[in-house]
Amino acid sequence: MIGNLAFRVWRALTYSVPLTIGCLLLAAVVIPSVLSPLFYDLGLARIASSGLNLPPSWEHPLGTQSEGRDVLALILAGTPATLIIGLIGGGIGVLVGTFLGMVSGYFGGRLDTAIRNTVDVGMTIPPFAILIMIAASFKVVTLPLMGAAVAISAWMYPTRVIRSQVLSIRTRGYVRMAKLSGIGDLRIIFGELLPNLIPLITAGAVNAIAVSILASIGLEVLGLGGQNLTLGTTIYFAIYYASMWRGLWWWWLPPVLVLVAIFLGLFLVSTALDEVANPKLRRASS
Amino acid sequence: MTNDQERKLLDARNLTRRFAQKGRRETVAAVDDVSFSLPGERAIILAVAGESGSGKSTLASMLLGFLPPSEGTIAFSGMDVSHLTRTQRAQYRHMVQGIFQDPFDAFNPFYPVEHALHLAIEKFSLAKNRQEAASLIDKNLRAVRLKPEATLGRYPHQLSGGQLQRVMIARALMIHPRLIIADEPVSMIDASLRAIVLEIMASLRDEHGISQVYITHDLSSALQISDQILVLYRGTVVESGNAAAVIETPKHPYTQLLISSIPVPDPDEKWGAELEETQPAALEPTQTEFCKFIDRCPHRMPMCAQRRPAAIPVGPDQLAACFLYEKS
Amino acid sequence: MSAAQLHAATAVAPQAGDVLSIENLRVSYGSRFNAVPAVRNATFSVARDEVFGLVGESGSGKSTLSMAILRLLPAQAHCEADRMRLGDTDLMAAGPAALRQLRWTRLSYIPQGSMGVLNPVMRVREQFLDTIADHTQGAQRREIEGRIETVLAGVNLRPAVLDQFPHELSGGMKQRVCIALAILLEPELIIADEPTSALDVVSQRQVLETLSSARRRIGASMIMIGHDMALQAQLADRIGIMFAGRFVEIGPTRAIFEAPRHPYTQRLIGAIPSIRRRQDIGELARRGLEHADGATASAHPDLPLREVSAGHFAAIEL
Repeated sequence: MIGNLAFRVWRALTYSVPLTIGCLLLAAVVIPSVLSPLFYDLGLARIASSGLNLPPSWEHPLGTQSEGRDVLALILAGTPATLIIGLIGGGIGVLVGTFLGMVSGYFGGRLDTAIRNTVDVGMTIPPFAILIMIAASFKVVTLPLMGAAVAISAWMYPTRVIRSQVLSIRTRGYVRMAKLSGIGDLRIIFGELLPNLIPLITAGAVNAIAVSILASIGLEVLGLGGQNLTLGTTIYFAIYYASMWRGLWWWWLPPVLVLVAIFLGLFLVSTALDEVANPKLRRASS
Repeated sequence: MTNDQERKLLDARNLTRRFAQKGRRETVAAVDDVSFSLPGERAIILAVAGESGSGKSTLASMLLGFLPPSEGTIAFSGMDVSHLTRTQRAQYRHMVQGIFQDPFDAFNPFYPVEHALHLAIEKFSLAKNRQEAASLIDKNLRAVRLKPEATLGRYPHQLSGGQLQRVMIARALMIHPRLIIADEPVSMIDASLRAIVLEIMASLRDEHGISQVYITHDLSSALQISDQILVLYRGTVVESGNAAAVIETPKHPYTQLLISSIPVPDPDEKWGAELEETQPAALEPTQTEFCKFIDRCPHRMPMCAQRRPAAIPVGPDQLAACFLYEKS
Repeated sequence: MSAAQLHAATAVAPQAGDVLSIENLRVSYGSRFNAVPAVRNATFSVARDEVFGLVGESGSGKSTLSMAILRLLPAQAHCEADRMRLGDTDLMAAGPAALRQLRWTRLSYIPQGSMGVLNPVMRVREQFLDTIADHTQGAQRREIEGRIETVLAGVNLRPAVLDQFPHELSGGMKQRVCIALAILLEPELIIADEPTSALDVVSQRQVLETLSSARRRIGASMIMIGHDMALQAQLADRIGIMFAGRFVEIGPTRAIFEAPRHPYTQRLIGAIPSIRRRQDIGELARRGLEHADGATASAHPDLPLREVSAGHFAAIEL
């Protein structure tokens, strides 16, 4: 079973150019920032660790900003922080979404109606309004707190997608066969249905991560990111100090480019996984 | 429960299943007052034949316990199937198994095909250890003429419909129930492989003593393997009895129409004149009791619109629900 | 191609006056480097006023072959033929505009369900008028529009059907509408792809009888695709049996049923359970099982079609 899945993933990797490019983009962002303590002094991200507003040079490859922080150090330290928020938010979102989607789709009835209506209503409320209220009501916004907060906007889409998929596979013959063998509902959900949803859940997770990062950046750019050094707060300060009007392009451009790479990478991966998850496309290629 | 019911393996009395219709007040009866039984002392195959919309799949779902009847009772060895206790339900699952129409749908694409067999072994405690389980699987795959080495470890998409259908039968055989409900088991497999599945079904009866309800639209295959037959039309039994008698000398106009419509594989025996399509009969909108075949019947009479015909003996072991045979 | 194959190809090769003649049609799916053949060197012809039964089980290539004749293969299919002519029109050379003109007027199609032919959001009348408008002009158009109801009556449909939407019709009625559309412009060839596979036996017989008499009235030829040998016995004049992408036997229906020569044909006919008498189910199963165990292309080596009796060809060693 694992072999089968690994084979599918391997084939998707070699056959899907978008997936490969997406993974490369993400790797280009993640690997340097994770390994950065080995080759770069992240202490340079502290206030007044260097001169102010220095353009790029050998000493400061991406220059420094108006508080005397090294921009490369800010990015190398901020990227993992931003990704952690995305992983926490996306993780919570997809876990909650998968659970609610499966329960809702499998059992149906009133529970389904309640979950479905909550999602439908939730999707019409601008998540930002809620997020601003939450972020503003905490004095100290830590990374996990930020992650948990943005999960609010990340669970609804996976719930909806997984519910509709479960709805279509719960009447499949193999579910009836399992029932004939006396298998209980929970084991049918997790043993029979869940494995077939893995590609869909993975695609949903990637999507949820992107949504979470986007939400967190939005809050941080508004100045609601607390004291965390993230890509979002870096941009916030770049705006705060009017870097664009002052020609300090090395301050605001690099974090924006890194974010573009992250979103593009996540988008390509999620599109490609969607293709793997779509049974019609999969059958056509086999 | 009477003694009579306890002696029977399966006794269905006045089974009715109604479904709500979209946007309408009245319900529609997919199965309408159907009664039949299977003997307890010997294994037989009962064919339930009918076209789409005859209610045969709804009947299968009720017999498998997936759908409660709206009215009527199903008694299995004297147990009322609609009111089973927890232990009785487990017992019922062990004694009544199913085979489904679409073999490609009945196996989880994520697992190798033996997953379905392992689930059954575990839940019904069919083996003490792995070795015993492996030899049990081996034995039952061979019993359905499959080579274990060419079957085990394969994923559903790697096997043909005929092979998967036989794995499904091997699973049922392994559980060794007293009754198998086979819902159109050969309709989705290639013609040249159908006979194998039919022969295995016959051997389940003859060698393993397992009774079967064979649900089908194909009367030729019903003739080959079944002992008894029920012909359903829009949820009601129009003709029943000995399978050979009913199919070789059909008495109900519907059974006659059905059999004359089956193409004969002989270019010298071509269909005759075009079948007339009868115009629907005019019915009072308030009428609820009438012969359901009235719309298409070439022999229809006024009384067909007034009440429902009872089953009338038309042979030693043959009943037809038609006023043509009512002695006035 | 070997000398023997060449000989076979010419032996089954078309005669003058055939409505459809095909030589060495090859269709494969996939890329150039990873091509999966679906139809391999199909050579056959359909005579005027003839019903040609095209038989095969799932994956035999029969549907691909019919789509190739209609030139409706999906983009990833690769199709080649030495010859594929409808009358004196070269189907391989015909461009999209010529093909559009050809379909319905000279070559029509009846699908399994009505899917793809009947538009679910159009009333039946509009579908008829559209088809007529696309292919006819002036006086001819008015003439054909005038006899829509006659054509419908010919397939046992009341004119009231014209004002209904496809979903308001039963499966059998939808197939009748498809048949009426297929014969409306009196084509030379009708391709019917298992036209009754979604219907019950009673409607199947009624619809097929309607199809037969309507076809006879306009004198069209027909390719009747199906897997049911018994149906072919009822309807076909000649039968071609496909296995793993190639013809293993082609011959007059009676000859095929009386003396099937290829082992696959023998099993196909032998495994049909009778409706008349109870047979030895073990014997029926044995015939099928031999086939099941060797149900791969390798079980039936690629032999050329040889003439075993007049007009009867089988891919066997003589």
